[in-house]
Amino acid sequence: MKQLFILATALVAAPLAAQNEDLGQPIQEGGEVETVMEAEDGEGLTFTITDETALEDLGIAIPGFATDADVATPANQNGTAALGKELARVITADLRNNGLFKPTGPDALPQPTFPEINAPNWPTWSNRGAEMLVHGYVRARSDNRLTVGCYLYDMALQQQLVREGWVVEPANWRRAAHKCADLVYSRLTGESPFFDSRIAYIAETGPKDNRTKRLAIMDSDGANHRFITTGRSTALTPRYSPDYKKLSYLSYVDGNPRIYVYDIGTGRQTLVTQSDNPTFAPRWSPDGRYILYSMAVNGNTDIYRVPSTGGTPQRLTDAPGIDIGGSYSPDGSRIVFESDRSGGQQCYVMNSDGSNPRRISFFGGRCATPEWSPRGDQIAFTNASSFNVGVMTPSGGSVRTLTRGWQDEAPTWAPNGRIIQFFRTERNSGKASLWQVDLTGENERRLPTPVDGSDPAWGPILP
Amino acid sequence: MNTRVATGLMLASTIALAACQKKAPEELPPPPTQTATPTPTAPTGPTVGTQQHFTDAVGVANTVVYFDTDRYNIDAEDSAKLQVQGQYFSQYPQLNFTVEGHADERGTREYNLALGERRANAAKNYLVSIGIPANRIRTVSYGKERPVALGSNESAWAQNRRAATVVIN
Repeated sequence: MKQLFILATALVAAPLAAQNEDLGQPIQEGGEVETVMEAEDGEGLTFTITDETALEDLGIAIPGFATDADVATPANQNGTAALGKELARVITADLRNNGLFKPTGPDALPQPTFPEINAPNWPTWSNRGAEMLVHGYVRARSDNRLTVGCYLYDMALQQQLVREGWVVEPANWRRAAHKCADLVYSRLTGESPFFDSRIAYIAETGPKDNRTKRLAIMDSDGANHRFITTGRSTALTPRYSPDYKKLSYLSYVDGNPRIYVYDIGTGRQTLVTQSDNPTFAPRWSPDGRYILYSMAVNGNTDIYRVPSTGGTPQRLTDAPGIDIGGSYSPDGSRIVFESDRSGGQQCYVMNSDGSNPRRISFFGGRCATPEWSPRGDQIAFTNASSFNVGVMTPSGGSVRTLTRGWQDEAPTWAPNGRIIQFFRTERNSGKASLWQVDLTGENERRLPTPVDGSDPAWGPILP
Repeated sequence: MNTRVATGLMLASTIALAACQKKAPEELPPPPTQTATPTPTAPTGPTVGTQQHFTDAVGVANTVVYFDTDRYNIDAEDSAKLQVQGQYFSQYPQLNFTVEGHADERGTREYNLALGERRANAAKNYLVSIGIPANRIRTVSYGKERPVALGSNESAWAQNRRAATVVIN
């Protein structure tokens, strides 16, 4: 209590200082990734989701990336040759963890030479049981940046299927690997890419009645993990802005639950709205122009929309009861949200100006935390009666349950709308972890995090 | 707690409130005659303005009201507890306090934050209805973030669906 009081006093004295006191050092981002070779447009092998298991047997050989000259680079202390192996390892892990392919990585394969990258030595690879071959190279440029090339070959046809290259800052070398994994994945499945993206989530430690909850970010494969807040105050429910420049999240830093918008570049944060009322559930519009938040006034929670650059908030719901959350359709025209206006939690769709709200969930259980797929064709939600994650169409049809944990909640979509991440809470211990599942419900896996994790929020493909 | 006791408490709280508002009499009563040697005042325990003093005065069971799953209505048992709290806060008009709203773990995080806020407001509104000024009462929701019972069973969840009154200054 004394702490709270001191906090409150400090807030009056120096609101800005208090607002920032839970924040760590700002994070230096690595800069842009430049595409130097255009992907060749070929006929995609088209698979529907129900056929995804057919890809599981597709063997892909991914030997180390070659280098023209093994030179020093800030990206790897052992030079560009060692970096080439690391690139292939990252691609192998991406494709393996996705559950769709059977990749073999560089540690079990011979190393191709630099000239072989665009002229594979076919006999070397033909008896390894792989239908596909990935080759690539890494070259240190005079400006200190790296060029990474990525090639996909069909072993049976002995043909190049696709190639692309990127120039990256040394600190961004993993992004080149993710882009190569995306290129292979997209070419073989006909789906949009998703590996080159990031995840914001809440890192959890400590006992169940006194959990420390910190805002953290990481790449889609868990690498480049960073804590944003120190853990002095509870942080919850983050969301990346579509351009990855900001994070909105809930913090108790002033003693009350409030939504803040954190600027990753400057390391400063501001309240989403100037109000003494508690605010929850931040969401960005797909174009980044608006932030949705939910605000309780005298115990009644409604959804508001405010320009992300600041301005006058507009209230979008006015039903008595709890209206909360909200997720935009990809074209920005509609919002799916959660409301208990009918008694229990159910999912509703309204126009993005708040007009014409109508209930879409009638599957018998409670519908919570709806999230519109980036493809627009599905809405993921928490069944808050059985505590499983499911999907349905935007009109509420074709409901399918995808997970079976004791308590699974808070789905978030991969950038391509093919994989759903969520968090799973263990009975009794209260320990939470991040999981992901594809739309068949077959390929489920836990995401490794340094400590426990909850409230995942998957951002779009990195700009 | 039955209705008669509740009504009695309501009356008592009304009287206490009236007593607080009474102006000082113009003529002071005569000083008390010293019939016994004054006993030295020993340390009298918790001071006014601490959570301990509040808990000792109203009884720990009366500091927390409980709710059914997804509900936030104040039932007879809750109102009896809140009347006891009301008497205390009428007696100490200098005190501001906080009502913390909580939910059990069997709810989604964001909904539980809103639900905790609704529960805290239900308790606050009751206290306001029996005469405690709204500006003395802060509400805060912790959703499912601060359970008191740690198990994952009906009994633990029932203990966690609560609005707890806490003295802040």
